[in-house]
Amino acid sequence: MDSITDKAEQLRHKISQAEKELQDLRMQLEELESTTRNLNTNQQLGSTSESAHPTDTIPEWKWPLSEEEYSRYGRQLILPTVGINGQLHLKSAAVLIVGAGGLGCPAAAYLAGAGVGTLGVVDGDTVEVSNLHRQIAHSTQRVGMMKVDSLIEYCRGLNPVVSYVAHREHLTPQNSEAIVSEYDLVLDCTDHPTSRYLISDICVLLRKPLVSASALRTDGQLIVLNSPPTAQGSTEGGPCYRCIFPKPPPAESVVSCGEGGILGPVVGVMGVLQALEAIKLIVTGVGKDSNSTPKDPIAPSLLLFSATSTTPFRSIRMRSRRPNCFACSTGSTLTLKELRAGSLDYVQFCGVAKPVDVLKPEERVSAKEYNDILTKQPDKDHLLLDVREKEHFEIASIPGAINVPFSTIQTRSKTSTDDDSLASEYIPKSLSAHAPIYVICRVGNDSQLVTKRLKEIGLDANGERFVGDIEGGMLAWKRHVDQTMPFT
Amino acid sequence: MSTATETVPAPTQVEIPKISIDVEFTGGLEMLFSDQRRHTISLPAANKDGKPATIADLIHYLCEHTMKDARKDLFVLQDHLRPGILVLINDADWELEGEEAYEIQAGDNILFVSTLHGG
Repeated sequence: MDSITDKAEQLRHKISQAEKELQDLRMQLEELESTTRNLNTNQQLGSTSESAHPTDTIPEWKWPLSEEEYSRYGRQLILPTVGINGQLHLKSAAVLIVGAGGLGCPAAAYLAGAGVGTLGVVDGDTVEVSNLHRQIAHSTQRVGMMKVDSLIEYCRGLNPVVSYVAHREHLTPQNSEAIVSEYDLVLDCTDHPTSRYLISDICVLLRKPLVSASALRTDGQLIVLNSPPTAQGSTEGGPCYRCIFPKPPPAESVVSCGEGGILGPVVGVMGVLQALEAIKLIVTGVGKDSNSTPKDPIAPSLLLFSATSTTPFRSIRMRSRRPNCFACSTGSTLTLKELRAGSLDYVQFCGVAKPVDVLKPEERVSAKEYNDILTKQPDKDHLLLDVREKEHFEIASIPGAINVPFSTIQTRSKTSTDDDSLASEYIPKSLSAHAPIYVICRVGNDSQLVTKRLKEIGLDANGERFVGDIEGGMLAWKRHVDQTMPFT
Repeated sequence: MSTATETVPAPTQVEIPKISIDVEFTGGLEMLFSDQRRHTISLPAANKDGKPATIADLIHYLCEHTMKDARKDLFVLQDHLRPGILVLINDADWELEGEEAYEIQAGDNILFVSTLHGG
């Protein structure tokens, strides 16, 4: 068993090294090719470089796009909304994608396909298997690779004409100015409020329009912010993220895709819509010259997508800039200097959800301890209450466990009269009065709250009966007891 | 969808007339409201001070009568809607309509949206 694990580890190591080498080679080739391309362009533009090449025999190309570009973009070039001018705007635009995940993958793919001049991607994460159902630019072979490199490799395959810039790090208050200032337009494809506030702030400071989207479970949201990107204090500009959400949500209410789940096409739709909004802004000349910026601010609107609703798309009229906005109003004290100096602590601003810690050590057993009880006293009368949501429970559970989802308990425990029903409904009648109750959840937070609740309603019979939780939940069970247990 | 105000034909006691409105929850908030996105609510037309019912009264009413989940703090914090929830009145941001002070009209559609952060 161990030798197999070792062998697999060695192979994984070898693969990742080979992938690194391959990537280096690709980058070298790309540099070489782009040099040749530039050389050719210079010759076409009649530069004074040496001209004793076969290119002499080809008649001079006198159109603004290369021949290949006319073929490549022909289908969108003939649209009234794009046209040759729109395509030239795209070609001269530099777009930054922050986050190479479920939103960033489709957004980058469509922008690369459409022929933006420069596409930058920021992300410090590596590809994981659990990403692949929705982060369509990555691949099974590229698990473990930097997401930025994986996404760029995919986009380069799609369109080698675009120049790609990899930023293999997360956006921080310190690096954001240097990175964002190189671009005309930013797409927020991240997955947390901390990055969303940071991206909005730097876009306000550097006057970049921002296309922001998010998704969770079967819902998505899209909004174009800071468009037009006028200076701080100007009322002509579009609202920023802080105008819409002046206060961050409590950290406990922030649900990630890992916890809440996400359907691939839902986040895909939102990423595609981001690319669409970006293209619409670029073809009208955003970021190029202020004259072409639409005079009337586009009425800000928030697009809501609910995959399971009878009306999946809804557009909501939103407010304009907030007169007392922390970031974009006249009175704002937000400056690049402040940001660089790190005076804004985005993590602290948004808060961190503290792990639940309401039980005493003697009210908890480890996964190993519970397993010992099972193996040593297989007939021991007890109850294992699994409080994960039904979907998790149905995937895999410890034999004998009874499922009462946390959300159900929350619903039942609103009024005190429900307490009896909670106990009678979920505690089997056959369970003897003093048989212990063990509560388990996914990682050991909800189980503590339920344990506390069960004790409050008197199920511990004033200490006669043990009521406690399994520390670390199903994750600990998988790690320390049963590796074959699927964990979701 | 009924927009008619429910009136009491012969008020024997001081019966408060009710207004019927549509309330919707999305972005995960529906999970706090019996996993149901759309609710038709009969809201007392006046609050306990006798003033026309506002969004603030509606929020209070929803907490008391509609929400079955005990996690109230995922909807209301310190008597106000928790940060990260948008209220949309007839498809417009409530900030365009006076926020909590907006007086609810019969037939209004009030949408509560929890902001999403995933990507």
